[in-house]
Amino acid sequence: MTGAGPAETMSAQADDTRVKRRSGLDRLGAILAAIAAAGLAFQPFSLFRANRIVAAKPVGILSALPPLEAWLLVAVVVAACAVLLLRTPPALRLVVSALTLAVLAVAVGRSGMFLTPSSNTYARVAPGGAFWIVAFAFSIALADASVRLKMSPLARLALLAFTGGALWMLLWSGAWDSLSILREYTNRADVFWREARVHLLLAIGSLAGAAVVGIPLGILCFRVQPIRATLLNSLNILQTIPSMALFGLLIAPLAWVAAHVPGASAVGIAGIGIAPAFVALFAYSLLPMVSNTVAGLESVPPQVRDAARGMGMTARQRFFEVDMPLAFPVILTGIRIVLVQNLGLAVLAGLIGGGGFGTFVFQGISQTATDLVLLGALPTVALAFAAAIVLDALVEIANPTPNRSAAA
Amino acid sequence: MNMGVLLRLALLLLLVAFLANPQAFEPLFAPFAANGAAAIYTQSSLLSLTVSHLSMVAAATIAATVVSVGLAILVTRPSGREFLPLSRSVANIGQTFPPVAVLALAVPVFGFGPIPTLIALFLYGLLPIFENALTGLASIPPSVQEAARGVGMTDTQRLLRVELPLALPIILTGIRLTAVISLSTATIGSTVAAKTLGEVIIAGLISNNTAFVLQGGLLVALLALFIHEGFGLLEGALTRRTRSVQPA
Repeated sequence: MTGAGPAETMSAQADDTRVKRRSGLDRLGAILAAIAAAGLAFQPFSLFRANRIVAAKPVGILSALPPLEAWLLVAVVVAACAVLLLRTPPALRLVVSALTLAVLAVAVGRSGMFLTPSSNTYARVAPGGAFWIVAFAFSIALADASVRLKMSPLARLALLAFTGGALWMLLWSGAWDSLSILREYTNRADVFWREARVHLLLAIGSLAGAAVVGIPLGILCFRVQPIRATLLNSLNILQTIPSMALFGLLIAPLAWVAAHVPGASAVGIAGIGIAPAFVALFAYSLLPMVSNTVAGLESVPPQVRDAARGMGMTARQRFFEVDMPLAFPVILTGIRIVLVQNLGLAVLAGLIGGGGFGTFVFQGISQTATDLVLLGALPTVALAFAAAIVLDALVEIANPTPNRSAAA
Repeated sequence: MNMGVLLRLALLLLLVAFLANPQAFEPLFAPFAANGAAAIYTQSSLLSLTVSHLSMVAAATIAATVVSVGLAILVTRPSGREFLPLSRSVANIGQTFPPVAVLALAVPVFGFGPIPTLIALFLYGLLPIFENALTGLASIPPSVQEAARGVGMTDTQRLLRVELPLALPIILTGIRLTAVISLSTATIGSTVAAKTLGEVIIAGLISNNTAFVLQGGLLVALLALFIHEGFGLLEGALTRRTRSVQPA
């Protein structure tokens, strides 16, 4: 757009390459390299605490690791920054960013071992600012490289599986065992997995319930116009009630149900605990499910329906063989929204004794124990993140090509 | 339609009356209070909590608007276009971060009080506005851009007098979304000692007093409703204005 002459007739892509050729440096790479370098130079690589709740003492990179390893790490980061800085092929940038992140992950574990005095079970070592900043810079570089590579949905799933595998290897090999967050984990390993199961049950169970109720409701809304406005408006109002209050408000009615409906308490309905959390998550999930079902059905072109009718398909055939398959990608997008939202909101169950990772978050906040907060927050973020990647890939796989619906 | 307006006015009056004199509503909440406990929260005045809640949301929303609209303008200029695909995917990934987790992660860094809440609200508010600003700026018909260039407008003039005004309704939708989400998220801020209406809800949860949970929750829900409606009116007015300009 800035150029003149023959360049104007070029496509946007050609325009893009022209901008790139203007200099030998990658602009995003330059920013990321500067962030990583500044983080490494001015922030502590590790934080040392004499016990789990006292203030942390920052430890610079050169004293956080044995000298050889420290310089090795610096050399790796500097070399990787150079790769980002220059205009290098995206595939190389992807590999270099991934390797740097792996080296960084191993190094922070080594630092934990190096800084923890032997046979001291009170001292805590946690990753410091430098670790988080460098990790952030290279994660962005990784994301950028995968965007530039225009990875297929399957390739993205493979990358996610590979990352998950690498993380599991790190945890399993014990490389991170001396880090404070894993110290917290070892102290409550069985509780952790119990809360993890509750968290998943809350998020996925309420999603399943919302899908079973919400999709038929959406179909009903699509067919019966007068219901649509009323139902969608009331679900909209439901969404404005703050989640914390809805969790709390359900306590009283559920306690009443448990006390007065025979058999209710036998199936686990109670005023506090998992039941109000489950019901609240279910209620929040309904709006995206219903509105996406309506939107999906509305996106089916009328010509396609006419053609199906013209071919002599019955109403039932039209619905199951035309409407639903074409609306499916949009409904799946609704499921993606709900799952990611529920994985995050389920943390609030911890406030009302409903379990889940929120238990650790709120315990940690009340004890001012950062590591405990992280023990609850990091798995939540990782789960939501993985769910988003997996479902985005599925939506892309399910989505017909833009021309298909017109051609059908 | 008239019924709806009347209902909203009545609700607004009710909200104002409740904030001005909460004790007058005591009989309404008394049935929900557990065994003779106070029915109205008096630890701090509900009015001051509402004011602090709203100002926190306003500050975070304004900051998020300035930053994300600025970023969206940057990546839609020819010189910043190479950042567009990345910024899209970062915005998409960022939205998966649960607000509670953002809050929990900000506490270790910034300590207790209003700052972690402000940061969480700011960070979480960026994404909807950014997404909408991008959509708004990218969906301007090329013919309009061409016409603006044709009448000799400079890049800056085009941005300020054509692109931004046309994208404003969509940007406002993003701001509305952010404000409503922030209003609800801010209640969680009280778990880290920020002064918001969440304090009332938490007090209710701790002492098993449904009356507190109810009044805190209703206040936030009503505020969200009015903010939602207010932005809706603004958007409607703006859309009408742009439409009336377009045929000319």
